Amino acid sequence: MNVVVTGLGATTPLGGDVPSTWEAALAGKSGVRPLEYDWVEKYRVPITIAGQLAVRPDEVLSRPEMKRMDPMSQYALVATREAWADAGSPDVDPLRLGTVVSTGIGGVWTMLDAWDTVRDRGPERVLPLSVPMLMPNSATAYVELELGAKAGAHAVVSACASGAEALALAYDMIQSGRADIVVAGGTEAAIHPLPISTFAAMKTLSKRLDDPERASRPYDVDRDGFVLGEGAAIMVLESEEHAVARGARIRARLLGTGRTADGYHIAAPEPTGDGQKRAMLAAVEQAGLTLADICHINAHATSTPVGDPIEARGIRDLLGEHADQVLVSATKSMTGHLLGGAGALESVFTIKALEDRVAPPTINVDNPDPDLAINLVRDTPAALPASGDLAAINNSFGFGGHNVALVLGNA
Amino acid sequence: MALPENEVLAHLADIVSEETGIDTAEIQLDKSFTDDLDIDSLSMMTIVTLAEEKFDVRIPDEEVKNLVTVGDAVTFIANQG
Repeated sequence: MNVVVTGLGATTPLGGDVPSTWEAALAGKSGVRPLEYDWVEKYRVPITIAGQLAVRPDEVLSRPEMKRMDPMSQYALVATREAWADAGSPDVDPLRLGTVVSTGIGGVWTMLDAWDTVRDRGPERVLPLSVPMLMPNSATAYVELELGAKAGAHAVVSACASGAEALALAYDMIQSGRADIVVAGGTEAAIHPLPISTFAAMKTLSKRLDDPERASRPYDVDRDGFVLGEGAAIMVLESEEHAVARGARIRARLLGTGRTADGYHIAAPEPTGDGQKRAMLAAVEQAGLTLADICHINAHATSTPVGDPIEARGIRDLLGEHADQVLVSATKSMTGHLLGGAGALESVFTIKALEDRVAPPTINVDNPDPDLAINLVRDTPAALPASGDLAAINNSFGFGGHNVALVLGNA
Repeated sequence: MALPENEVLAHLADIVSEETGIDTAEIQLDKSFTDDLDIDSLSMMTIVTLAEEKFDVRIPDEEVKNLVTVGDAVTFIANQG
């Protein structure tokens, strides 16, 4: 059963929806700004920049919606409404409609606010909805409630691969006949002192605090860590049969998925990139394609000294000379790293690239790694082949050794 | 010392409105939380928790089921305060 994409939605550091986000990405804009919260000084938060939402959710959601949901669910709901409308608000049997919305971290704001309440004001003051708000499946559940979905509501968790793995599970649900439509993606709202301090303690975050827009610089020799981002991206995935029957506009195809594990380390990527390569190859094989069919890769490329070269070498190893023809984009240079939202957002970027036949830029690569052997799109967008079928890979990797590759094709 | 009922109603209406999105003008003494305002039990518990803090009162669990209308809650809170 073929799986197609009929709707896209997002709220990101570059824009409050997909069109504005994509326009900003093609223009090479950065969504990274200084943090202007009182908690930055109060808790001496060591990293004071992040990719923050361009449009706050309270500008589009009602007050009760804001109060009942952790920020991660708020973002997911905003993106879901856009994606669902983009898909033409399908008339679908609720028993054939599912959701898979993932987060890497969960409802960290709600959990810690509730703990502050218990500790400082007593257990009788804690709000009864705290657990339904903080649980990692809260976002997928609120999307399920929004749409009345009854085929299943899931939240697969694999750190920074979560958003991509959500799309992969949605693919499985449609392929296996469990659902006709699955609303799927990822969300994250972890710009909070705890995750920032923890990532800083791991030495994974960029310290280029005086130059926020240039801090995220995948593949540049002076990269010094990732920049935390926030936001959500959601898409409407559908069996081709169902989409055609209702006359939906098919925007793209999810052709194949590859999911592997490193079996190596809780946080560090396996140095040879074996698991990453196996994921890419599995996705291409499931798509029924060969590596020579791939024309574009949206790389995981977070801007860490350790991670970027492993992925780049893996791409070169796998593709061989064909790698010269494959345009690689690292869009985290503009958005920062959305953790559990990253894979979904970058799949949206990949779909937009296929639709418009143009690969988005990677900004801030002033001096590429000297041994970088991939065809990196720098500074300005680059044209993809003007005609014919296109296929692209979106890579996502997560702490724990999770590797997810998705192969997407144009409509 | 009892709190003035009109003051309790005004603050309680704010809490209910904030939680549910119902216009404060709709939240009147004779309105039933469940039948008229369509407030589910979890939302009711949230409202109780917020009201306890706002009015510095204790609303025991066994009392909550007796608070059928907004007026019941206002009277209970006013007599406690």
